[in-house]
Amino acid sequence: MRFRVRLLVTLKEGLLDPQGKAVESALPALGWDNVSDVGVGKYLRFEVEAEGEEAARKQAEQMANRFLTNPVIEDHAILEVERAEPATATPQAGPR
Amino acid sequence: MKPRVAVVTFPGSNDDRDALRAVRLMGGEPVSVWHADPGLAGADAVILPGGFSYGDYLRTGAIARFARVMEAVRELASAGGPVLGICNGFQILCEAGLLPGALIRNRGLAFVCRWISIRDERSGDVLPVPIKHGEGQFAASPDELERIEGDGMVAFRYCSPDGALDEAFNPNGSLRGIAGVRNRRGNVLGMMPHPEHAVDPDLGPTGGQQVFEWLLSSARAAVSA
Repeated sequence: MRFRVRLLVTLKEGLLDPQGKAVESALPALGWDNVSDVGVGKYLRFEVEAEGEEAARKQAEQMANRFLTNPVIEDHAILEVERAEPATATPQAGPR
Repeated sequence: MKPRVAVVTFPGSNDDRDALRAVRLMGGEPVSVWHADPGLAGADAVILPGGFSYGDYLRTGAIARFARVMEAVRELASAGGPVLGICNGFQILCEAGLLPGALIRNRGLAFVCRWISIRDERSGDVLPVPIKHGEGQFAASPDELERIEGDGMVAFRYCSPDGALDEAFNPNGSLRGIAGVRNRRGNVLGMMPHPEHAVDPDLGPTGGQQVFEWLLSSARAAVSA
């Protein structure tokens, strides 16, 4: 079974986030002067072949801890693990 | 006998040649090693040079740390052999867990490229060396920072030309002005500034010579031990 995983990576609380600060300082000039505490992170998605949702989630967690994030500076959250359409699915027959 | 020093070239390294040249100028025997090589060609020491390995994708150093040659680097480090990571090499050593902490984007976002001064935290010497990096802000959790400070693992701090510690001379927002760290054993050293660009008196200040002297003398000691 294929599962689509969506992973959110954010800078750890307390670390200086220059990207967030730069975005925040640009907002007032655009008229949004009521925004604060901006942070910039990243988003990853991938598909994984696994026996079930739990196995897919477990592997995603291992990948995040060992490679996709650096736990020294980043936190992560698995946003979603959902069943993906089989890549080899035959297209529905229909009008040409 | 000249100590043999390997310089690893990763895809995207660009200071490897200067590092090889610096080794030669400082009296070592340089040997170039490719990231996919199984070993370090019998070297007594290794340098992970600056550059942008794997395009800095994902995080700086995050992909290079899994290069095949890194097993040999790890073995040399655990055998007590000297390992020097410069700039991207420092980032790789942190990602590999051979050094504590991590390097994140500079405070102020700008890429910084200029001569600065660093203070050797053991000798107190002030060394003029260049920096050129976009992600050189040293970061660590408060607990880890205390451990790094407490165990004397801070190798260099950014400072004024006369050696004073001052945030005005911190080019990237590094915690406590940390420009370089070593492991507890002292044989693995990582630094953001570039000593390999500061060894030739014909080309400018020579603040980098001390770093190579340390590397070569450690390599000699490891060979004769």
